[in-house]
Amino acid sequence: MRIAIEHRTTYRFSEPQARIVQMLRLTPCDTQDQTVVSWLVGVDRDARLRDTGDGFGNMVTMLYAEGPIEALDITVTGEVLTSEASGVVRGALEPLPPLFYLRGTARTEASDALFVFAADSAGTADDTLERLHAFNAALHRRFPCVPDLPDAGCTASRAFETGGKVSSRDVAQMFIAGARGLMVPARYASGYRAEDAARSAPHAWAEAHVEGLGWVGFDPSTGLSPDESYVRVAIGLDASGAAATGGMRIGHGQEQLAVDLHVDRLGGEE
Amino acid sequence: MAARGAFDEIWGHGGPDSPRAEFAALSRWLAETDAAELQRRQQSAEAAFRQLGITFAVYGDSDAAERIIPFDIVPRVFLAGEWARLSEGLVQRVEAINAFLEDIYGARRILREGVIPPELIYLNAQFRAEVDGVRPPHGVWAHICGIDLVRTGPDQFYVLEDNARTPSGVSYMLENREAMIRLCPELFRDFRVAPVDSYPDMLLKTMQSVAPGGNPRPVCVVLTPGHFNSAYYEHSFLADSMGVELVEAADLVVDDDVVWMQTIAGRVKVDVIYRRIDDDFLDPLVFRPDSMLGVPGIMAAYRAGNVAILNAPGNGIADDKAIYSYMPEIVRFYSGGEARLPNVETWRCREPDALNYVLANLPELVVKLVDGSGGYGMLVGPTATRAEIAAFRAALVAEPHRYIAQPTLALSTVPTLAEQGLAPRHVDFRPFVLTGSDGVRVAPGGLTRVALREGSLVVNSSQGGGTKDSFVLLDDGA
Repeated sequence: MRIAIEHRTTYRFSEPQARIVQMLRLTPCDTQDQTVVSWLVGVDRDARLRDTGDGFGNMVTMLYAEGPIEALDITVTGEVLTSEASGVVRGALEPLPPLFYLRGTARTEASDALFVFAADSAGTADDTLERLHAFNAALHRRFPCVPDLPDAGCTASRAFETGGKVSSRDVAQMFIAGARGLMVPARYASGYRAEDAARSAPHAWAEAHVEGLGWVGFDPSTGLSPDESYVRVAIGLDASGAAATGGMRIGHGQEQLAVDLHVDRLGGEE
Repeated sequence: MAARGAFDEIWGHGGPDSPRAEFAALSRWLAETDAAELQRRQQSAEAAFRQLGITFAVYGDSDAAERIIPFDIVPRVFLAGEWARLSEGLVQRVEAINAFLEDIYGARRILREGVIPPELIYLNAQFRAEVDGVRPPHGVWAHICGIDLVRTGPDQFYVLEDNARTPSGVSYMLENREAMIRLCPELFRDFRVAPVDSYPDMLLKTMQSVAPGGNPRPVCVVLTPGHFNSAYYEHSFLADSMGVELVEAADLVVDDDVVWMQTIAGRVKVDVIYRRIDDDFLDPLVFRPDSMLGVPGIMAAYRAGNVAILNAPGNGIADDKAIYSYMPEIVRFYSGGEARLPNVETWRCREPDALNYVLANLPELVVKLVDGSGGYGMLVGPTATRAEIAAFRAALVAEPHRYIAQPTLALSTVPTLAEQGLAPRHVDFRPFVLTGSDGVRVAPGGLTRVALREGSLVVNSSQGGGTKDSFVLLDDGA
């Protein structure tokens, strides 16, 4: 599938900022089933962009801008060619072994309730893949309608227990917390999903490592594995570790963040 | 535990009347100098330290004013031969620590060859994926190491722990020496003591040697978390004595992957940073986002090879207590020979057999938290109450992987000025080892900590410990 992405992030400040340093994870990598045809990260003002990495295999762009800055527009435009792989991630750069992704983080510790839910819904099948699919489907049944919302910084356990405004980010973190609780290495994935409607945040899902298969994507927002309509951009131990944008500013006042995102399919396989 | 039976470094096993033969002269000085006179000199030194502001705050003691660490006037003395042998062991250990860090964030040969269980690395918060694959300028990781040692006999040293992150205490080595020269000049006349005052120069040369791109005139700075930090005196002291700027995070900015220092005269490019803040607080974009102490973008500058950071981010994996127990294997793996400086025997409570042994022998053992420091979260079996032992037993059973245990060693003693005159008191030792692009150097001295309470083995300054000057002699007798 040929997918076109236009992802604009706009910061507006109530008072001019003296400096901004941002760390952007906005550039996808090629894998066996994902080819980046074109990709451009642009900024609407004089700024210095530097490409770097983060140790997890993600492509990172550092953005440095000098003030006075009243607004900042970061625009990503690109095209990616994908093929169907039943959610299996093939040919990605993997600097860290699966074992690393058993590590907990403050945002992905499973509370007793979340752990029990994961263990009960995963069942007792010998096949890890089967158990993970069952857990993924159960999460989807419990949270059937999860929009892509900006990261509110919530922990997996709190989102699970309080319900409320649960996003794709939250259910992905719940899956990760539950899977690690079941001693399956799991990580957070962030990217895009070709859909009709415009949206206000990138999509999020999870990946778990299954012996013999490698890393497999699980999307609790759909209860299924990612298909060829997904573009995988960044991974991390949790939502914070894969954040698309994040930074520090020097200056007073409030910040307003708006995201405008269009992900369009341009046609089938060629 | 009483000092009886312990090796006294000056008196040997025989007490004041039959000192070790090599220490006859020093022993005479001790016997002939009036205790009241020693007391007076000691008080004078402490008054000077108070005036200089060499103070520290005790964590968890909210009403404590800043205190000075008590100073003991009787020096601890190493003979030239003892020191030479000790130094060889220190160099070997620090070379292995550097090789280990280079490997663990690079090829990971030591894991592939099964020397260390991989989960001990990958599930350890001290393993920082954020620096995985990054090689620091000139391949030096642990530029400034403080290796904590204990001694049980003339040449019997054991490593208690390695400090490869931001070891402190070197200002005591320098200030204690300055006080001793002023208060006991006769010792420096009668004995040939290796000078330590070249340490700031050694440190500056080490910093300059790792400047990116081999810049011959690099700009070096000391980065401090600020004046509320318990070691702030040392940060300012070192910057001052090296003649480099002492900066806080707000003084540094990163632009285009380059670190700049903001000065009245404009921006100055920074090449080498001796940071005295923890990894967690180094860069809010990479580590803790809530940190106000860090410099946003500094890790990108480091990754790009534009700045050297001393010690390298990610070093915590080398001095982690869980890794410590593998140090003999680590030294053997990288040096090809046996460790000249042995570890204290260590039971890893994560291993069931070790845990059973530890639970059966708690009253004789020292139990430590793998991730604790400063003597907190520690059980000293022989001096613990039954309630304390019971509490540790429960904690061990609940989370065995968080603990290691060691035997209580008969730590060496050094004569120390007590209320009733000179008496043996247990000591430990932290020598400082510097690694630059041009090799490894051991500063000829260090920080001797002394447990001032009779029989006590806890030398931590927060728990009743003091310090002594540490003489390294250029001869084999005093």
